[in-house]
Amino acid sequence: MVQSEITQTQVPRPATTDNIVEIRDVHYSVGNRAIFSGLNLSIPRGRITAVMGPSGTGKTTLLRLITGQLRPDRGQILFDGVDISKLSTNELYQLRLRMGMLFQNGALLTDMDVFENVAFPLREHTDLPDELIRHIVLTKLQAVGLRGAARLTPAELSGGMSRRVALARAMATDPEMLIYDEPFTGLDPISMGMIVRLVRQMNYALGITSVVVSHDVEELSILADTSYLLAGGKVVASGSFVDLKDHHSEIVHQFMNGLADGPVAFHYSPAPDYFTQLLSEDA
Amino acid sequence: MKTLRELFDNLREFLVAVGAVTLFLLRMLAHVPRALTRPRLIIEQVYNSGALSLVIIMICGVFIGAVVGLQGYEVLQRFGAEESLGVGAAFALLKELGPVVTALLFAGRAGTALASEIGLMRATDQLSAMEMMAVDPVLRVAVPRFLGGLISLPLLAMIFIGIGLYGVQLVAVQQLGVEAASFWSQMRAAVSIDDVTDGVVKSCVFGLTCSLIAVYEGYTAIPTAEGVGRATTRTVVISAVLVLMLNYMLTAVMLR
Repeated sequence: MVQSEITQTQVPRPATTDNIVEIRDVHYSVGNRAIFSGLNLSIPRGRITAVMGPSGTGKTTLLRLITGQLRPDRGQILFDGVDISKLSTNELYQLRLRMGMLFQNGALLTDMDVFENVAFPLREHTDLPDELIRHIVLTKLQAVGLRGAARLTPAELSGGMSRRVALARAMATDPEMLIYDEPFTGLDPISMGMIVRLVRQMNYALGITSVVVSHDVEELSILADTSYLLAGGKVVASGSFVDLKDHHSEIVHQFMNGLADGPVAFHYSPAPDYFTQLLSEDA
Repeated sequence: MKTLRELFDNLREFLVAVGAVTLFLLRMLAHVPRALTRPRLIIEQVYNSGALSLVIIMICGVFIGAVVGLQGYEVLQRFGAEESLGVGAAFALLKELGPVVTALLFAGRAGTALASEIGLMRATDQLSAMEMMAVDPVLRVAVPRFLGGLISLPLLAMIFIGIGLYGVQLVAVQQLGVEAASFWSQMRAAVSIDDVTDGVVKSCVFGLTCSLIAVYEGYTAIPTAEGVGRATTRTVVISAVLVLMLNYMLTAVMLR
């Protein structure tokens, strides 16, 4: 169905593996700060994989590396066996037609209504007639329960609705993998429940692979088949939620149980002594 | 020594910025043939940049024309040459005031709108979302807006000049009593097609400059409220300075 000018460049497709994404010994730094130092991680095909970690551990950076928005300093990121960091812009765009991404804030195009937002990737990449595009868009909106909101503008939507529209848009071209960046942040329990249900339904009904980046342990425990916990630029634990709950590592225990005391300090350091600073005249 | 180093650093930063803008322009120009296959997007931007700037251009045009009429008459009447007011006003508006003032107004109205719109799209991840949907934001967002501005500014300049001449005529003929026949006939006799071309060339160059700066500043804005604000301010300041500098250079070349 997808028929774009960018598809003129063909990306080589090696034999299918069980893992749709493989990250091998990835190093990535911003300035002098190392975000990842030797990261290894696999995302199994057709499953829901959760990537968790305390704030600032590079979860969103990982997504940007997987989607080729960032390039690693060293190491390989393989999508279906193809090293993303070696692709040209055209090849990368072609590969992205096989991925969909749900941004934290929805990232809906504000100069279009809901219908046109969902139709956008179809209009850009296909020559489908308007009538067929209309059917596809209404089907996707029906799937997320927002067919009635088709003519609303993004400004008229709540946070939960925006994310559901963004999900419908991400599904419009039937990608093989859907990536969710913090899909539960700032949502009320009803909207959160809807998103959890939708992610599961999409994954199993359409047979796609899902990667969910979040730190909402409770929601991920319902949702994820496999989980990774990142800290200090590496994977510190992986497996099922039961494995993570029973993990011996102090940092995993702290994160999974939401404890204030542990290896992840409450206070940002380095900071001078509290009383010394209070008594000093410096600001 | 420190001052010399600062000077060198500033010069290096300036050259890096010029290089970045040039590369961005080349990237956009490479996309122009594909962008032309979707004229609807360009027409939308001609409307946004051009049609929505019409009111301010027309209001300013009539008042600037009126001032040119008043000042011109004041000078020319000392020599008994007030019938030549039409000629002087036409030259001033066609070759200088029309292109320059239109470009400055365009930078203030359409340029800031372009920079803040694209900057906000960057800040709210809309450009990243396009990239994730395998849509190049340079082709889909930057090029139509750049072309829209490039087309709009010369058209706005022509309208400004037309309205400006009407303003001159209002003051000179209707208010100060200059004879209408000599006002228009002297103007027609003196103004050649080359003079019109000079104005058109200038406004095309200013259109390219203002649109490029606005689109570049918006596209490279730091994705925060402060970053978008700064991009908007830089758009006006850089555009204004460049327009005045280029105007001098173009005038010097055209007078040779």
